[in-house]
Amino acid sequence: MSFKELLNNGTVYFDGGMGTLLQKRGLLPGECPERWNITHKNDVIAIHKAYYDAGSNVVTTNTFGANILKFSQNELSQIIKAAIENADTARKQSENKGEKLIALDIGPTGRLLKPLGDLDFEKAVEIFKATAVLGEKYGADLIVIETMNDSYETKAALLAVKESTDLPVVVTNAYGEDGKLMTGASPAAMVALIESMGADALGANCSLGPKQLKGVVNELLKYSSIPVMLQPNAGLPVIKNGQTLFDVTKDEFAGAMKEYISLGVRIAGGCCGTTPEYIKEVVDKTAQIKPKKTEKKNYTFISSYTHAVFFGDKPLLIGERINPTGKKLFKEALKNNDINYILNEGVNQQEKGAHILDVNVGLPEIDEKEMLCSAVTALQAVTNLPLQLDSSDPAALEAALRLYNGKPLINSVNGKKESMEAIFPLAKKYGGAIIALTLDEKGIPETAEGRVDIAKRILKTAEEYGIDKRDIIFDTLALTISADKNAALATLEALSVIKSTLGCHTSLGVSNVSFGLPCREVINSTFFALALQKGLSAAIMNPYSWEMMKTYYAFNALCGKDENCESYIEAAKAFTEAALVTENREKTAEEFASELQKAIIKGFKDKAGLITAELLKTEAPLEVVNGEIIPALNTVGKDYENKKAYLPQLLMSAEAAQSAFNVIKSNMETDDKNEKATFVIATVKGDIHDIGKNIVKLLLSNYGFKVIDLGKDVDPYIIVNKVIETKAPLLGLSALMTTTVPAMEETVALVKAKAPFCRVIVGGAVLTKEYADKMGAHKYAKDAMETVRYAESVI
Amino acid sequence: MMNTVVVKTFSQPQFSNSEILRYAGAKAPYGEISALIEQCKEEAEGLLSYKACYIILDLNITGSVCDFTLFKVASKSLASALSGCKKAVIFAASIGIGLDRLILKYSNMAQTRALLLDAIGNERVEALCNTLCAEIEKETRFTLTKRFSAGYGDLPVDTQRDIFALLDCPRKIGVTLNNSLLMSPSKSVTAFVGLKEKE
Repeated sequence: MSFKELLNNGTVYFDGGMGTLLQKRGLLPGECPERWNITHKNDVIAIHKAYYDAGSNVVTTNTFGANILKFSQNELSQIIKAAIENADTARKQSENKGEKLIALDIGPTGRLLKPLGDLDFEKAVEIFKATAVLGEKYGADLIVIETMNDSYETKAALLAVKESTDLPVVVTNAYGEDGKLMTGASPAAMVALIESMGADALGANCSLGPKQLKGVVNELLKYSSIPVMLQPNAGLPVIKNGQTLFDVTKDEFAGAMKEYISLGVRIAGGCCGTTPEYIKEVVDKTAQIKPKKTEKKNYTFISSYTHAVFFGDKPLLIGERINPTGKKLFKEALKNNDINYILNEGVNQQEKGAHILDVNVGLPEIDEKEMLCSAVTALQAVTNLPLQLDSSDPAALEAALRLYNGKPLINSVNGKKESMEAIFPLAKKYGGAIIALTLDEKGIPETAEGRVDIAKRILKTAEEYGIDKRDIIFDTLALTISADKNAALATLEALSVIKSTLGCHTSLGVSNVSFGLPCREVINSTFFALALQKGLSAAIMNPYSWEMMKTYYAFNALCGKDENCESYIEAAKAFTEAALVTENREKTAEEFASELQKAIIKGFKDKAGLITAELLKTEAPLEVVNGEIIPALNTVGKDYENKKAYLPQLLMSAEAAQSAFNVIKSNMETDDKNEKATFVIATVKGDIHDIGKNIVKLLLSNYGFKVIDLGKDVDPYIIVNKVIETKAPLLGLSALMTTTVPAMEETVALVKAKAPFCRVIVGGAVLTKEYADKMGAHKYAKDAMETVRYAESVI
Repeated sequence: MMNTVVVKTFSQPQFSNSEILRYAGAKAPYGEISALIEQCKEEAEGLLSYKACYIILDLNITGSVCDFTLFKVASKSLASALSGCKKAVIFAASIGIGLDRLILKYSNMAQTRALLLDAIGNERVEALCNTLCAEIEKETRFTLTKRFSAGYGDLPVDTQRDIFALLDCPRKIGVTLNNSLLMSPSKSVTAFVGLKEKE
C-alpha cells in the first residue's frame, strides 16, 4: 500500500525517538549518529525492528543530519544507502503484519539562512536536493522533513523535495514554549506555507511534550486542509544520576495522543525520549478509534515568516507605496540600486497600519527580476508583513515567489488565456493567493455582468490547474468617474455579485476612481466606504492618506468590527497630532536656523526634518546645508573627538542631520545634488555583522559623500568591480572576526592590483593599525569620524 | 562522569544600564539617551529568550594539551586558564534570534537604536552567562574559573566546531555556526569554564 492510500485508510503510526536510543547504546556527545548506519548496523536495525514490532507503519531512517555540508557526496551516498537498507532489513525481520513503510528522514542543515545567517536560500535547496535524490534512489517510500525551526529552511527543504523527487512528503516543525518556531512563525503561518506548496501532511514534532503542544495542535487542526501529524517528545528532559530521563510516562503520552487523534490528528508518533514501548502504548490505545476525516477548510490566508493574514474578518489594507509609478525619488532610488528607500516605505507603511505590502519595482531601465528579488529579500529582513508580489513579468514573479519566505499574494492574473497560462502554474508550484482582474482579451467589460462572467471563467481555469477557489481574490477594477459617470457603480455592483454568488473575496485599487479630478482623497475615501459596505475584503491604498485611514477606522467602528471602538480611539490620537504639525507657525528664518542646529545637536530626528521643511520655504537648500547642518554636525563631531560626546550621541545627531538631508533632497532637482566623491563600502566576505559599517555610511552621507553600500558578506570581485565601474576614489572595508581578516586582505590586494586609483580604508573590531599596514591598506580608521576626516583630507 | 548535555531555560536576569551604556561606547548617561535605552529595552524584551546547554567533562592537562575525554585541544592559554581543574564545563548560551531581526531592521534606518539594541544584546548574553555559571556553581559545589572562549589567546577559533559537535547547539538551543565560525543568533556565547575544588 502506498503512503497516500495508508493515509486514507486510518491513523498512520510513525516511530519514536532515535537519537536518545542510540545514546543508550553508547553513542557519545559529539559523535556522528549517521555514521552508525555503517559502523553499528545491528544497533540501528534493532531499533527500527523494535518500532515495527511495536506497530509503527512508518519508520524514519537514521539520517537526521545526513547532508553534503557534513559529509562528502560519496560518504553521504553510502550513509543513505546503508540507512535505508537497515530500515529494510528491520522491515523484513519484523513479524508485525501491518503496512511497513520507510521514510527518509531530513533534518535541518544546522545553519541559519540569510539574512540572519549566512546560508543562501538556493544553496539550502541544493543541500536538501542532494539528500532527497539519494533517498528516492535507494528506495525510500516517502520523505519526512522534521524538526525544522525556521520557516525559510522549511520552504527550502520542501521545494527541494518537490523539485527533485516524486515521493510523498510530510513536514513537521519544532515549536517552542511560546507556540512559535524559533524564527517566529505561528502554526497558521506554517499551514499557509506548507499546504500551499503541496505537501501531503504537516505537523509538529520534538521540543515539547504532548500536553504543551495543545495550542499548536489545535491551531494546525483548525486551519489545515491536509492531514496533521504529531510526534512530541516524552516531555522535558531531567537529569537523574547522570542519565537523561523524560518526565512523561508512556501511559500519559498515549493518553494525550488518544485525545489528539480523536480531535483529528491523522499521523501519530514520538520524538526525543519516546521508545518502542511508547509507540506500542499509543497503538494499543488508539487503533480502535475511527479517524476523523481531514476536511477542506474555507479560509483565505497568506503568510509572512511570522504570521498568517486572513481575508474576510476585517477589511485588509494593502500598502501601495512601493511602486515607482509617478514617484521621482523612487525611480531614482531604483536606478541607483538604493534599497533603503524601499525599506523605509515598508516600515513606514507598517507603522501607519498596513496589513500587507504591495511590491512593484517595474521600470524600463532596470532588471526587474533582480530588483524584485533584492527588494523582497531586504523587505523581509525589516518587516514581518506578508507581501503582495506585483509584476507583469512572469519571470520576475517566479524568481520572487521562489525566494519569498511564506505564502504571498500574487498581483496579478486576469481573464486572458496567456495570463492564466503564465500565472497559475507558478501559484500551484510555489503557493500563493492570487489577485484576479476581471478583464480579458476584449478589455474591461463596462457592465457588472461582463466582469462577473470573466470571474467565472477565471475560477474554472484555476480549478483545472488544481488551484482552490478560496485562493482567488477578485479585483473588479475601479475606473475613473471623470470619464464615465457610471464607472464606480459598475465596479461596486460586480464586487457585490462576486461576493454573494461566487463566494470569493475581493480587492480593489481604490485610487484610480478619482483620476482627473481635484481633491482626489475626498472621492477616494468615499468610494472606499461604499466598497467596504458592499463587502470589499481588501484595498490597495495609500496608508499615508489620513482620509483613507479615517474612513477605514470609522467603518470598522460603525460596522461592529472594533470592540469598544478601541482601534478608532487609538487612531484618532494620530489624526489630531497630524493636524497640529501642519499648523502655521509664525517664526523667522533665523529662529528656525538656530533651532535646526539645536535639533541636530540634540539628535531630534523628526523635529530636524520638520524645521528643515519650514526653512526651505525661505532659504535655498545649499544655504541650509552649509549654514546649518554642516556646522551642527561639526560641533558634535568635535565633541566626540574630544571625548565630550559619546558614540550614541554622535549617532543621534547624524540621524537627525540625515532626516534634514532627506527633506532637502526631495526638494532639490535630481541633477543638483552637490555630492562630493563616491565612497564604496562593504563588510568583507564571510562577515555578517554590519552595525559599524552602517554607522560609517551614515556619517559619510552626512558629510556629502555619495556612498555605495554593497552590504555584508561581499565577494572581493564584486567589490573591485563596483570600484572600477564607479571609478570610486575611496573604498571602506569592515571585518569583525579574525576569521574574516584573510578575506579583507584578499580584497585589499585585489583592489590595489586592479583599481590602483582607489584608496582603501579598513576598520572593524579585530583590526589594528599593524594588521592594516601588513595587508597594505592605505588607512586604518578606528571609528566613523576618523574615516570621515581621512576621506575629506584626500579628495 | 555525566556525559550528558544539559539544556536549561532561565528567567530574565536583571538589566544593568551602566553595562548597556558601556557596550554602546558611552561612559555616562546623558540627555535623551536614558529614555531611548528604556524604549529599546521595552521593544527588545518580548523578543528575548534565555537558553543554555552545557556538559561537564573530566579534564586532564598535559603540557598545553587539554584532554576533555570526548575531545582534546592544544592551547597554552586554555591550559593555563584551566590549570588545577579536574573537571570543566563547556557551554553555549544564547538570547535568541529575535533581537538580531530588530537590529537588522534598525541598522539602516535608525542607527542609534541599532547601536543601543546591540549593546543591550551584549549585556543580556553576558548576564545570561553569569546566571548560568552561578547556577552551576551552586549545583556542583565547585568554584568556577573565569570563562574562556575560542579565539582568546592561542585557543583557535575553530575550536567552535568541536564545541558545536559536542553540544549539538542547533538542536538544543537553536544556535548555528556559519562558515566564518560566527554564531547566529549573534548574541550567543560559547566558553570553557574550569571547576575548582573549594578551598
